Amino acid sequence: MRCRFTIKFPPESSKIPLTYHLIKDYDFMVNILRATISGEQEGRLLMEVEAEPDKLEQGLAFLKSHNVTIIPLNQQITVEQDRCIHCGACTAVCLSGALSLDRDNWQLVFDSEKCVMCGLCVPACPLRLIRAEFK
Amino acid sequence: MAIRKSYEEINAKIRAGQAVVVTAEEIIPMVAEQGAEKVAQTVDVVTTATFGPMCSSGVFLNFGHSDPPIRMKKVWLNGVSAYAGLAAVDAYLGATEEAEDREPGQTYGGAHVIQELLEGRSVHLEAVGSGTDCYPLREWESDITLAEINEAILFNPRNAYQNYAAAVNSSAETLYTYMGVLLPNLANVTYSTSGALSPLLNDPEYRTIGLGTRIFLGGAVGYVAGHGTQHNSARERLPNGVPLGGAATLSVTGNLKEMSPDYIQAAVYEKYGVSLFVGIGVPMPVLDADMVRCLAVSDADIYTGLVDYGVPRRARPVLAKVSYAELKSGQINLNGRRIPTAPLSSMRKARQIAARLGEWVRSGQFLLQEPAERLPLGKSLTSLNVKEGC
Repeated sequence: MRCRFTIKFPPESSKIPLTYHLIKDYDFMVNILRATISGEQEGRLLMEVEAEPDKLEQGLAFLKSHNVTIIPLNQQITVEQDRCIHCGACTAVCLSGALSLDRDNWQLVFDSEKCVMCGLCVPACPLRLIRAEFK
Repeated sequence: MAIRKSYEEINAKIRAGQAVVVTAEEIIPMVAEQGAEKVAQTVDVVTTATFGPMCSSGVFLNFGHSDPPIRMKKVWLNGVSAYAGLAAVDAYLGATEEAEDREPGQTYGGAHVIQELLEGRSVHLEAVGSGTDCYPLREWESDITLAEINEAILFNPRNAYQNYAAAVNSSAETLYTYMGVLLPNLANVTYSTSGALSPLLNDPEYRTIGLGTRIFLGGAVGYVAGHGTQHNSARERLPNGVPLGGAATLSVTGNLKEMSPDYIQAAVYEKYGVSLFVGIGVPMPVLDADMVRCLAVSDADIYTGLVDYGVPRRARPVLAKVSYAELKSGQINLNGRRIPTAPLSSMRKARQIAARLGEWVRSGQFLLQEPAERLPLGKSLTSLNVKEGC
């Protein structure tokens, strides 16, 4: 099973090699797409993982036991679709392919599972309909 | 015998509710299958449309007179300055004029005021005058709505460009332009026409378009007021008559009070400024098979220059010639390298407009108007140049 999410960990957990444990103990295939650690040692890690469904569940439970918050990607980036005019300007900067135009009906399609939270689309939308927060 | 139809004949069919109307996209396979002569017999009207950002747009407003009256010298609407160098309570609000008192990231301009008026919202009017014997008041402040003011006449000096260059950026920096965000090192391409559905690309030599042509403008009936500013019909053309880049333009006008916020939309281009999406639909009369051959133009028949915005000069280098079939496919091939493409004008909205205009014509409500004067051919551009001795 493959999914993308951000893990947010408190300062006390920043000393634990969380990713190591996910890989070694739960067989996660991890691809880290974005990472920040603040001055207060609070960290955020955007990762794409692939794991067996039961291992995935266990791995996420392990993270939660270390006070790690798991935020699905679709809670971090939102497109106000009902006001969208489907111009396509956002797709110009979305090299990950998360934002694309359906070439048959020319409707904007947003696939949050492809998003890498680069944030380039936010200022590219001429209607300011995209909100992204790496939270 | 070759078919010929007059405007009168086509309008008689429209009035009788018998006109056959298709869009400029729908006619392409019809002509491929049946040939131009056959289609000229069966189809009466072809609808074209575009919904793109058109900076050269704005609205003439007449607010009505205050008591005591004021001769407005300076006017602001929601903090956006409108040009008031006209009669007492007339002003022209340009779409790209920006309010000066906004926080960074809160860009707000004339286009937004137009949109708020259309949405029926109150807009704050401030005006100052110098006080004259006939207009003694010096200051005025009140809220207005679109319904309350005398006139709101959309008058756009340059819309609906006949073709436009596609944009790319060879420099090492991201460029923020009216052609959207151009990533460095040729990483993306943007373009902005509806290609085979675009009005002026379907009548490349302006047989049916000019001053007086009745059109769909922002959801209402509007008119072509003549050629637009920067009309460049002398542009180099392909053998099919299609110009190889920005060529003819339209000046259009219509009653803002009758328009809809579904077809007029304010826009902000990051680090560039404000613009206005304008929905325009132009119905084309099927006068004969030659007209059909023009209307059958497909994305593969329309080319434009790929212009490098990384060079900050008037004459930017053209790196390649690309077709709209390529541009609309999502990527182009430049010297063996694949570059992703993105439109800036909405094909989806353009199709909605073409369909809506088709409904108007089919319902018998919307008659075709032969232009009083066609758009000029062979007109070229001049430029601003530094003159010696100044």
